[in-house]
Amino acid sequence: MAVELKMPALSPTMEEGTLAKWLVKEGDTVKSGDILAEIETDKATMEFEAVDEGTIASILVAEGTDGVKVGTVIALIQGEDEEAAAPVTKAPEPAPAPKTEEPAAAEAPKKAASGTEKLASDAKAVVADPDIPAGTEMVKTTLREALRDAMAEEMRADDRVFVMGEEVAEYQGAYKVTQGLLEEFGPQRVIDTPITEYGFAGVGTGAAMAGLRPIIEFMTFNFAMQAIDHIINSAAKTNYMSGGQMRCPIVFRGPNGAASRVGAQHSQNYGPWYASVPGLIVIAPYDAADAKGLLKAAIRSNDPVVFLENELLYGRTFDVPKLDDYVLPIGKARIMRAGKDVTIVSYSIGVGLALDAAEKLAAEGVDAEVIDLRTLRPLDTATVLASLKKTNRMVVVEEGWPTCSISSEILAVAMEQGFDDLDAPVLRVTNEDVPLPYAANLEKIALVDVDRVIKAVKTVTYKG
Amino acid sequence: MARASTAKPAKGAAKPTPAPASNRERPAEPVRYEASKDELMAFYREMLLIRRFEEKAGQLYGLGLIGGFCHLYIGQEAVAVGLQSALEVGKDSVITGYRDHGHMLAYGIAPKLIMAELTGREAGISRGKGGSMHMFSVEHKFYGGHGIVGAQVSLGTGLAFKHKYANDGGVAMAYFGDGASNQGQVYESFNMAELWKLPIIFVIENNQYAMGTSVNRSSAEDQLYKRGESFRIPGLQVDGMDVLAVRGAANTAVEWVRAGKGPILLELKTYRYRGHSMSDPAKYRSRDEVQAVRDKSDPIEHAKRDLEALGVTEADLKDLDKEIRKIVSEAADFAESSPEPGLAELYTDVLVDTY
Repeated sequence: MAVELKMPALSPTMEEGTLAKWLVKEGDTVKSGDILAEIETDKATMEFEAVDEGTIASILVAEGTDGVKVGTVIALIQGEDEEAAAPVTKAPEPAPAPKTEEPAAAEAPKKAASGTEKLASDAKAVVADPDIPAGTEMVKTTLREALRDAMAEEMRADDRVFVMGEEVAEYQGAYKVTQGLLEEFGPQRVIDTPITEYGFAGVGTGAAMAGLRPIIEFMTFNFAMQAIDHIINSAAKTNYMSGGQMRCPIVFRGPNGAASRVGAQHSQNYGPWYASVPGLIVIAPYDAADAKGLLKAAIRSNDPVVFLENELLYGRTFDVPKLDDYVLPIGKARIMRAGKDVTIVSYSIGVGLALDAAEKLAAEGVDAEVIDLRTLRPLDTATVLASLKKTNRMVVVEEGWPTCSISSEILAVAMEQGFDDLDAPVLRVTNEDVPLPYAANLEKIALVDVDRVIKAVKTVTYKG
Repeated sequence: MARASTAKPAKGAAKPTPAPASNRERPAEPVRYEASKDELMAFYREMLLIRRFEEKAGQLYGLGLIGGFCHLYIGQEAVAVGLQSALEVGKDSVITGYRDHGHMLAYGIAPKLIMAELTGREAGISRGKGGSMHMFSVEHKFYGGHGIVGAQVSLGTGLAFKHKYANDGGVAMAYFGDGASNQGQVYESFNMAELWKLPIIFVIENNQYAMGTSVNRSSAEDQLYKRGESFRIPGLQVDGMDVLAVRGAANTAVEWVRAGKGPILLELKTYRYRGHSMSDPAKYRSRDEVQAVRDKSDPIEHAKRDLEALGVTEADLKDLDKEIRKIVSEAADFAESSPEPGLAELYTDVLVDTY
């Protein structure tokens, strides 16, 4: 009986890849451990090893094929002792044709779909960013490229800027965000550190105090918990404690929030944590243009900045304006979609859900305005309150816990400063108040989704 | 209970460092510095200034003019004075923990500005917003003044990183105590400093007590100068109660670091006469222990004897003492009479830029 070789998932978030090269051909005998093919993900080229012994019976996906979905059968291996095993497989053999149809359905329960899939949205702003001049050429760019371009441009412009972190140089970035920087700027300015978050966060902070402009990459913000003392006690408080004498112009950046099926310790949104600290700037962009424009602004800022990215967005493609020096203002929210019936406020990956929900609601006659906060500290309450004044109803969407969150902050602001504009209580749509579970089904129900956003909007517009 | 004698290594040179475990290059054994009369007078003067300044700070604390935590440097004066005399103010960086008054005075920062910070006044070096533990002078390249035990070691490694990155010829000196020497980030910093050959002198001021816990009760390896060995950082143990022994070790360390050989670790055996902070009743050691150190190994008395041997008279020293008392008393008057920060200062300097 032929063994099906399927396109493997080579990272927690991989959904498809390129079958770059076959290293075997039909008729070749292979044994466990032989390299069969090279597969390119959006992060790296990986080798695909055989785990079964036998002969390559047929290759079903030619090399060079892009966009091969995880789980697609790419080849068949004929087992060596097929004949001996024949009796066992006799029953299904008479019907080989339907069998090839079946696997997808039959094996469906085995493919543990991540609950984060529902976070993935290709939604884009409907309203153009007023910061981009009309007629500007747009370039399709992934979020990770936009971040890299921002760093590269600022490094070209200012010798004091350098990048430090785990795997940022020779490995080209654990998530490929720093790809190519080592080649262009060399090991003096693109520095691999040991796994030592507290230590290198302190080294970066000290270097910033001495006048450099470090970009400290955390492989994820979950690991920055080991370093949070330097971010808060050393970086955020120094300017104040020194009476304005000692500055700390540093950027701490890396992925934040839930990734895919990585469990509780690797899935947390630290936005509310850092946004509660005076002395810090906290930025959490949604699309690639914002990622670029805001990271450039962060690097130029004279204050310490926590720059929260999202792994699930790294591979998404957005339009980025082709401008020599695209820098966005920090502390300014953006209206992503104009509407009159309700305001949906969100940031980071939640913006995609808000836009998707708004689109679906439009079909039902509810005209939602979507605001991307972009910066979590300082919070652009003026934009939020102006929208509330217009719509009188508000929902806050946050991929994170509900308690002491950005959502609860927005609710407080709406109550304190926008009370007279409210026609309904503001609702928050957040993750469940539990550590993120691993099991696919539980992960799925723990995370925010479009349906919950729609339900909340219907509640505040009294259409539920 | 630690015996007083443990506070005081053999007189004169530090005890010989054991033979190296490998044939890696090691720094030469430091020799006690041969100071000229003027140099020694300058050291004596600085140590005396620190002593009198701290005594005054203690008084002001007692009067309620200084609040919060206030950690005095009395007894440890030879360390900051001896080490920093080998550095160049404004070129070489210095960073320390919360017991920072002495290091600032030894780097030439005005006593008035420090005292006014201790009393929380607008004229203080941090405009009254930092306090005893959080003082800085970027102009002098004195980078604080940090309240979290051990944080200054990674920050100091960052200062050294900058010296190397900018190739400015400077070195960083990061002070920490025997207590901080058990913090994890110290070793994270050791690793990176040696890996990248950063120009940094790590200084453990071993005053025998981490708050109330003696070195022997907290450190499996109590010979702290060995703490860098597994990172290939050479260590030297130094008599921190003898300013000339300290200066001698500083010369060895600065030479090693400036030559691009990477970091070096100095363990300065010293002793604080006062409690950990002003609110420490110091029940963990006997009065006799403290008195024995004062009597036998006081760094200022030691320098005084050396000065007398060089022909300095009792009258000369009396004049100097008078001058120092005047400086300190003026600093205290300034600190008491200066206004507190304006209430609008509450909101200034949270951020540098406007958003």
